[in-house]
Amino acid sequence: MSESKVIDARDTFCPGPLMELITYMKQANVGDTLELLSTDKGTASDVPEWINKVGHEMISSEKIDEVWHIKVRKAK
Amino acid sequence: MAQDLFLICVSGTREKLQMAAMVASVAAASGTRVTVFFSMNALAYFVKGDTTQAPAEGRFGELMEKTKGIPPFRQLFKLAAELGDARLLPCSMALDLLQIEDSALEPELGPPTGLTLFLSDAEGGQLLSF
Repeated sequence: MSESKVIDARDTFCPGPLMELITYMKQANVGDTLELLSTDKGTASDVPEWINKVGHEMISSEKIDEVWHIKVRKAK
Repeated sequence: MAQDLFLICVSGTREKLQMAAMVASVAAASGTRVTVFFSMNALAYFVKGDTTQAPAEGRFGELMEKTKGIPPFRQLFKLAAELGDARLLPCSMALDLLQIEDSALEPELGPPTGLTLFLSDAEGGQLLSF
């Protein structure tokens, strides 16, 4: 059964949000969905780049009220 | 496979330690093999329990001191080791000069390493100094 988790990394600066995502990604199971909340602008481009590089899956990325919501799935 | 990355940290200023820690943590967590060599003014921050604040070099460092939410450099180096298997190596010469035993360093630091071994490992890799 895959799980969904929200990681609140708002108000932290680069590379805080990315490192938080990576920390949780290590602990997650394949198929789990993680949603990262970030107010750091660079996160919106850095996270897809990291996901692509290491081979996980981007689900969505949207900005709602100055907060980026980036959803990814652990693929391996 | 990305080229191996080697960092030499000698400065004890906030900006340089922060930038080196950012590069080390992001590169290591992205699958690059990272080795960091700590010497000169950069080493003493990694003595167990040390909480000394690194002094700002300029305006940016002063701004970092006042801003909340910036991941501390010690934590980023630790994450580089934990999440990305980065090797954090203390310079054996600097340990001798500072009269620090390697057992007094934080556990994420590796064995005392001489420059000859470090440079030999770094051959063919990308080397950055901070």
